[in-house]
Amino acid sequence: MIKPLLLGTDALVFLLVALVVLFAVYARKREHLAAPWRDVVRSRIAVASLVVLAAYTLVGLMDSVHFRKALPMQAGQQEVQYGGDVLSVLDILLGPVRTQVETTYSAPFATHLYAKEYMLDEQGKEVRGYPRLKYGGAQLSDPEVDKWPDIRRRVLLSVLETLGVMLLIYVLFGALLARRWRKPVPVALRDIARGRCAVPWRTALGTLGAVVLLIALIANMSAAWHMLGTDKVGQDVLYQSIKSIRTGLVIGTLTTLIMLPFAVLLGMMAGYFRGWVDDVIQYLYTTLNSIPGVLLIAAAVLMMQVYMANHPEMFETMAERADMRLLFLCMILGITSWTGLCRLLRGETLKLRELDYVQAGSAFGVSGFRIMMRHLLPNLMHLVMITVVLDFSGLVLAEAVLSYVGVGVDPTTMSWGNMINRARLEMAREPIVWWSLLSAFVFMFTLVLSANLFSDVVRDAFDPRLRTER
Amino acid sequence: MKQALLQVKDLSVRIGQGENAIRPVDGVSFEIRAGETFALLGESGCGKSMTALALLRLLPKPAGEIVGGSIQLAGEELLGLTERNMRGVRGGRIAMIFQEPMTSLNPVMTVGAQIAESVEQHKQLRGEPLRRRVLELLNAVGIPDVERRYQEYPHQLSGGMKQRVMIAIALAGDPDLLIADEPTTALDVTIQAQVLELIAKLQKDRGMAVLLITHDLGVVAGIADRVAVMYAGQLVEQAPRERFFTAPQHPYSRKLFAALPDSSKREQRLTVIPGSVPPLNRAFHGCRFAERCDRAWDVCRSRQPAWFQTGDGQIVRCHLADPGLSAPDEALAEATATAAPDKTAAGTPLLVVDDLKVWFPIQRGLFKRTVGHVRAVDGVSLDIPRGQTLALVGESGCGKTTVGKGILQLLQPTGGSVWFENLELTRLKGEALRSQRSQFQIIFQDPFSSMNPRMSVGDIVEEGMAAQRIGRSAAQRRERVLELLEQVGLRPEHVRRYPHEFSGGQRQRICIARALAVSPKLIVCDEPTSALDVSVQAQILNLLRDLQHSLGLSYLFITHDISVVSYLAERIAVMYLGRIVEQGPVSEILDRPRHPYTQALLSAVPSIDQAGERKVIRLQGDMPSPSNPPQGCHFHPRCPQAMAVCREIYPPVSEIGADHRLRCHLFNN
Repeated sequence: MIKPLLLGTDALVFLLVALVVLFAVYARKREHLAAPWRDVVRSRIAVASLVVLAAYTLVGLMDSVHFRKALPMQAGQQEVQYGGDVLSVLDILLGPVRTQVETTYSAPFATHLYAKEYMLDEQGKEVRGYPRLKYGGAQLSDPEVDKWPDIRRRVLLSVLETLGVMLLIYVLFGALLARRWRKPVPVALRDIARGRCAVPWRTALGTLGAVVLLIALIANMSAAWHMLGTDKVGQDVLYQSIKSIRTGLVIGTLTTLIMLPFAVLLGMMAGYFRGWVDDVIQYLYTTLNSIPGVLLIAAAVLMMQVYMANHPEMFETMAERADMRLLFLCMILGITSWTGLCRLLRGETLKLRELDYVQAGSAFGVSGFRIMMRHLLPNLMHLVMITVVLDFSGLVLAEAVLSYVGVGVDPTTMSWGNMINRARLEMAREPIVWWSLLSAFVFMFTLVLSANLFSDVVRDAFDPRLRTER
Repeated sequence: MKQALLQVKDLSVRIGQGENAIRPVDGVSFEIRAGETFALLGESGCGKSMTALALLRLLPKPAGEIVGGSIQLAGEELLGLTERNMRGVRGGRIAMIFQEPMTSLNPVMTVGAQIAESVEQHKQLRGEPLRRRVLELLNAVGIPDVERRYQEYPHQLSGGMKQRVMIAIALAGDPDLLIADEPTTALDVTIQAQVLELIAKLQKDRGMAVLLITHDLGVVAGIADRVAVMYAGQLVEQAPRERFFTAPQHPYSRKLFAALPDSSKREQRLTVIPGSVPPLNRAFHGCRFAERCDRAWDVCRSRQPAWFQTGDGQIVRCHLADPGLSAPDEALAEATATAAPDKTAAGTPLLVVDDLKVWFPIQRGLFKRTVGHVRAVDGVSLDIPRGQTLALVGESGCGKTTVGKGILQLLQPTGGSVWFENLELTRLKGEALRSQRSQFQIIFQDPFSSMNPRMSVGDIVEEGMAAQRIGRSAAQRRERVLELLEQVGLRPEHVRRYPHEFSGGQRQRICIARALAVSPKLIVCDEPTSALDVSVQAQILNLLRDLQHSLGLSYLFITHDISVVSYLAERIAVMYLGRIVEQGPVSEILDRPRHPYTQALLSAVPSIDQAGERKVIRLQGDMPSPSNPPQGCHFHPRCPQAMAVCREIYPPVSEIGADHRLRCHLFNN
């Protein structure tokens, strides 16, 4: 028996997905929106980063379906009791990565712990040494000899599996495209392989191959090895890194979702109505902008923390509490970050409202709100789009910084910022523990890099000055 | 005959690669002799500017490329020069001035420094001699008070002054050839007259050759020695000026003359050139003009015409001039212009504007204290009868567009009243005003910014109907949209397209359809044709005139183009600095202007007939700022006939003759 659980951020994540889908349907019919996106997917860089982003998003979405497992029935118990652990679909899929917990630090692909402990040797005498791990390389009888052959075997197996899967995907994909292009399948396959199609499918499939290889490696290795080592309490660092993806994505996207209505509405109103409306809105964002962002966030988060500590009855599980804090962080980040876009949109609106077509609208007696929706908003959309994509990576990094400072997400929430925060002590240790930091860095770097590359292409596609006349 | 200074042979330019490569200049040959003015005439998109840029090897990189031909400057081949040597030619031997004086100067450098930069480059002068040279140049281009102007920044100068500074920069290197790319298009007629006069004078003094690029036949008639007509990347006719203006040979040249509106064509439809300039990315087999030419026959569509001499230095690229071919008879028959019916007699006034004022506050300081007003419109009174056209004429900045917007209540008037039928519009607010908005509409100058690029043509035309709740259902409105499109000469399938897919003329038609959608009685036309080419302008003017006849519309026609006025309007109001200085029937004002400003304005309009005989009344300086108008008559600082009283008192209205009023002390008895 399981009990589905919809956390606050989950609800917003799915709302966001629904909005994106709706927007895609809406944009399909509108040439001025569809054309730049078509340009975007024709770029090799964009397609490659899109595949990476999609992989991250998929992980994030799977991690957003939460539930609680029923506890075993005790004698005389009437109602089913559910465990305090909140799990997600991703947790189930990761299986051993989550459950195989060691006692403390171990290096990547280690067979022994990283710290000396007292243990009993064969003769039953107490000696001090590095004990064998409970799970990492536990299947090997002689780790010294069998370790590398075992790893090599698993890598080879993963590569073979990947090749098989990719070949299957390639053929299926070719068949699908062949039908759309109205070409025979072999011709379509050749066109893809030689890169002779508008959308760089070859690049997409190549990147997908890399992603599949990673998945295969995780699947084959995780039962027997800790690929990225374990942390202080023996939890797999790979598991932490993967779980952190959701936190990063939530901060990057939900913050935008929260700030967009503010920025767009207030910016347009300030620019269109001018007068006292403009004065009030300008006053608002100038004031907000003059308060140091970190200070405001710290104050708000600390207040929230106190409030939550005083009202423990509001939260049934730890996860809900941590989630509330995450959501609150998104909100406060959103409230402090709408000013930039708002100012930009106000300026652009000031320019647009003097254009003849807006004047023509007023001459027809079209109401102010309709003019904003029909004439201004569509012509501001490119700015919104560019800002949203560019802001995303900044927000992911902001989370890491805030958590490091200690005003970010809840310490129990897995996030790259928390990992880095903990790495502060690990780096000071002798011998140092480097894998937590490295792992957080690699995962975050990949996400931010692909987001940045993607936003670069998006900006070029939507920037009217760079667009060629068509 | 003088030695040829610049010889261009078979010049071809290509922009872009592959199938969509555009050839804006395709086999152009001409020569310019030392000291002459050579005019390159043509509609927009014909490759005139590209030719000029190619001469300086300044084509947009990396897309543009010279693919063939030769350019010889005094015997030296320019296409073979290295980039380093070419830099010496640019500015040193060939200099160029551009259309937009507003954007051609660097706003953060003083005028003196910008000219000095150019002088330093070409003359290697330093220090005091450099400064003296710059002042000399400023003097040469007729800028008063040079010592002060030397220190000023571009924003402190008026448009005409800026263009003079541009010319001074161009002169810095003592060029043999000056290329002027539409040098006066952005300027007002009185300023245009000043600048053209200046160019002509400089040319005479320095023996410089001038390549004048323009679309304005009037400008050509004023100063050109020889004329070349460019069409779709090729020259189609070359002739000395007199010959060109008395006997143009190419059908395109003739059509350009016929399409010019003027008072003698009042009761006729203007001759139009159907269609527009063909896209230059395709290969041409026949004559490029064949599809728009009403005298084209088989040969024109299959064979490119060669150059034919038609005597007296005139050559033309047309099969009609080929002595070896005989054009079929029907091709010779000129299409005759059909006469439009007479207008209905003047009825009761539809619109009466009394003492309209639109002032903009000037705010300073932290608390936005109002320290003064820009009196954009300062007491304008006019009336428009049903079914008639009143033209509001004036230079830019005189407030004529503000009058239009004030009447439509797009700007809140500061004072005065606007009576539309029996309603006082300035007192209406909110919903009451909104419901009246279908009665009066506006057509804008720029057909590119007047439509939302994100909306389809159908949505654009329908917008007003939806806002005014005209038509019971969406289907009904759609039907009406199709009707309207047909009425303005567009096809029903255009309804789904987006504005960027249309040419300027077509866009202006859509704007007209949009205005008509709510069945207005009055349309304010704010320079509806000034962004269009002559041939397209004729199409729009015809359409406006037809609509007036069939629907009984009244127009307030805001323009600076006197020829359009004389063609379309019944009455004229001349505006200067926020006030109407003279007002009356079109024939009265155009034939016997009384106010000194009207006289100067009309004399400055370049005319194509007998340029030598007209005498331009040259106005001193520029229009003063409306935030600080001069004491007394606003015009007195520039008026050649100013008297003592003009400096003291603003003149009252004087009536002379029926329906002819003006404000001038000369007529104040």
